Amino acid sequence: MTKLMKRIIPSIGLVVGLLVGSMQVQAEGPELASSGASVRDQASLQRGARLFFDYCVGCHSLKYVRYSRISEDLGLSEQDVMQNLNFTGARFDDPIVSHMPAESATKWFGKDPPDLSLEVSAKGDDWVYNYLNSFYLDPSSPIGWNNTVLPNAAMPFPLAELQGEQTAVMKPGSDEVEKLTLSHPGKMTPAQYQQATRDLTSFLEYASEPAALQRHQYGIWVLLFLVMFTLLAYVLKKEYWKDVH
Amino acid sequence: MANVFTRIGDWVNERTPGLMPMYRAHMTEYYAPKNFNLWYYFGSLAILVLVNQIVTGIFLTMNYNPSAAGAFDSVQYIMRDVEWGWLIRYMHSTGASLFFVVVFLHMFRGIMYGSYKKPRELVWLLGMLIFLVLMAEAFMGYVLPWGNMSFWGAKVIISLFGTIPFIGQTLVEWIMGDFLPADATLNRFFALHVIALPIVLLLLVVLHIAALHEVGSNNPDGVEIKKGPKGNRWDATKPSDGIPFHPYYTLKDLVGVGFFLLIAAFIIFFAPTFGGWFLEHDNSIMANNLVTPAEIKPVWYFTPFYAIVRMIPSFLGSAVWGVLAMFGAIAVLFLLPWFDRGKVKSIRYRGTGYKVGLAVFVLAFFGLGAVGAGITAEVIPEWFGNVDLTTWENLFGRVMTILYFGFFAFLWAYTHFGWEKTKPVPDRVTMHD
Amino acid sequence: MANEVVDHGRRRFLTTATAVVGGLGIVSAAVPFIKSWEPSARAKAAGAPVTQSLSKIEPGQQLIVGWRSLPVFIVNRTPTQLAALPGQNGRLVDPKSDGSSAEQQPKYAQNETRSIKPEWLVMVGICTHLGCVPGYVGEMKPEPFDPNWQGGYYCPCHHSRYDMAGRVYQGVPAPKNMQIPPYNFIDDTTIQIGVDPKGAA
Repeated sequence: MTKLMKRIIPSIGLVVGLLVGSMQVQAEGPELASSGASVRDQASLQRGARLFFDYCVGCHSLKYVRYSRISEDLGLSEQDVMQNLNFTGARFDDPIVSHMPAESATKWFGKDPPDLSLEVSAKGDDWVYNYLNSFYLDPSSPIGWNNTVLPNAAMPFPLAELQGEQTAVMKPGSDEVEKLTLSHPGKMTPAQYQQATRDLTSFLEYASEPAALQRHQYGIWVLLFLVMFTLLAYVLKKEYWKDVH
Repeated sequence: MANVFTRIGDWVNERTPGLMPMYRAHMTEYYAPKNFNLWYYFGSLAILVLVNQIVTGIFLTMNYNPSAAGAFDSVQYIMRDVEWGWLIRYMHSTGASLFFVVVFLHMFRGIMYGSYKKPRELVWLLGMLIFLVLMAEAFMGYVLPWGNMSFWGAKVIISLFGTIPFIGQTLVEWIMGDFLPADATLNRFFALHVIALPIVLLLLVVLHIAALHEVGSNNPDGVEIKKGPKGNRWDATKPSDGIPFHPYYTLKDLVGVGFFLLIAAFIIFFAPTFGGWFLEHDNSIMANNLVTPAEIKPVWYFTPFYAIVRMIPSFLGSAVWGVLAMFGAIAVLFLLPWFDRGKVKSIRYRGTGYKVGLAVFVLAFFGLGAVGAGITAEVIPEWFGNVDLTTWENLFGRVMTILYFGFFAFLWAYTHFGWEKTKPVPDRVTMHD
Repeated sequence: MANEVVDHGRRRFLTTATAVVGGLGIVSAAVPFIKSWEPSARAKAAGAPVTQSLSKIEPGQQLIVGWRSLPVFIVNRTPTQLAALPGQNGRLVDPKSDGSSAEQQPKYAQNETRSIKPEWLVMVGICTHLGCVPGYVGEMKPEPFDPNWQGGYYCPCHHSRYDMAGRVYQGVPAPKNMQIPPYNFIDDTTIQIGVDPKGAA
């Protein structure tokens, strides 16, 4: 047994080290605050879904996600989803498609609002969270808003009624933003707004990979089974290898 | 009960070219050296991953749609709408990366213990062919999800052939069947990925094992057990240092399989993208021929070779030199048995020069990988502040390239001119644990 | 060398235990692959209930709508067609749909006309022999395949014949009456295919 441990422990150490190391290297780009989003927090997912359908679905689709799947995964009844989330008249089994016609979107914003099904997979949860917290009033922008995470973003800021209006403090003698200050408060306190965007990020993270819920659920049993199997195989191997000198 | 099975077995054996003798020759009466260590798990693990790739791959084809318009959507369909589709896809994508982990370690084992040397040169050559086909297989599989990294990866890799003088451009268009990676490209890559290359791969694997079992396995001491004393507890005529592959190594490998599956399952269930190394973030965006991803780089197992292409500047108006160097980096591995003139196989008994050389080679391989993966581009400014990144990165990468090829040149000189001072090799294998 | 005692019992036990646990693992691992062949969420979504207005279907006319990728026949049967039904009983395999065809319709359609309202036939148009789609031959006139034809369905594949309630005639390859799907009337002129009437199981 001790020999087994002597081998297994360094190997586990190596694997964990590699995992952690590779995750570290991946953190690139501008400094982003941690989102704190979690797909395992069902209450947060429900609040995030509510926010998405109140503020985002007017322009953004989740074309790979079905209403029925949200109902199943987020613990919401069919009635709940159809009455409180589905405003487009789509069927329960249909994917979530925004009703904004593409031509008018292009006319208003200069581009199609992107589908958000894979936004967190593509950009990361921290990016989405920071993006939602980084809008500021910019008179020079055609839509009146700008964003420090995605400069010259084509998106207006529908969450302004919640967060309020931020304005930018520039670095002296440059056009770089030093920091954002809340010049006009909204319905929410800054802490409430951060929680709201965290919920929204959780929901979008879920939308990027609904299977994540199943992964975590089954994964632990698979690992336990494999531990048992490997130990058994090890004992069996030891028994036979008594022959070898 | 058992009697029925025996009789069915006999009935089959009387009518086949000897399934039973084949089983005996490769399992119960294949005598492998008894001193295999940890490094010897990776051969059987490679077979395990190959089987995983074939089975999960077959099931993926059942829902995948090989067209530029439908491929990306069909992958999401598998991930969301197909029952358990996510698991099958993650097993395949994780398997692809672990295949290279296992194969790299398997190759390193061969280098470390001189398993490429006489009489196993052919085993090594067949293994290198497997590696080459595996790279082609992995590349084409990487293109199939038709994300933006798939698209631009395909474009860049295919463009490597465009550097060939005179025929390059025609060749590139011929490979793509279009002027950009498109429907035609995706369709032919799909056909090659799911049918043609797997068949070649399987054939090569059979030949690799057949060639190995003809000459017998090497071992960490580099001792030829067939030349040693005869007679063991199973057979008086077989090598004293050999043990039957079955049950001893089948059981030992089973433990390795269990341990390996633990790691694989952990990744599949808890970190399937592996922080963007196994499944890249930019591949969550559908292929877009107008926007190249800002952080375009090959998937991790190609990074050392890709770095070599980047490190060689164009010369005489042609970019072919970098591409030649990249293929050269693989070609020198093929020729390893002939670069190394030394008679001692195992690193345990070789000269200090060899040990240092091999360490430098590994360092160069990882160094090039770091350049290719963009790690140096990130770390250099962090460590050294505001320096000219290109100059420093090129300097580092070129030193690593020289060290990579230098290993082979050094190895030849070191062994050819008799500079190596080896330790005496024991007559019999040694047991360490 | 070979003089120490091998504990064969222990070996056999451990081998069996490992084989059983490993076999269990392989079987469990096969489950996701087998389940991946089940209808996907997309297929199930396409199989959702279908609502169809009946107002434009003239007496004697048939409309075919898709439900779960299956053709569903909706026929506005004329009084003459209905009147001819009882007269067929002697020539049918299972006239009351309580024998071999007991499972071929919901309880609320297990009656003479195999329907909720007598005139409206709603039926999955798949021959119970080998799955072809029978043709609608509504007119009551002598046909090459039956000089005494009273209207019904004729399958082009192996010549199975059904009456105007989808009941199979004797002496043809098809064994059962055609299937009646679950359906209900939302109002007098609209049906919903795929959902039982309220209160009916």
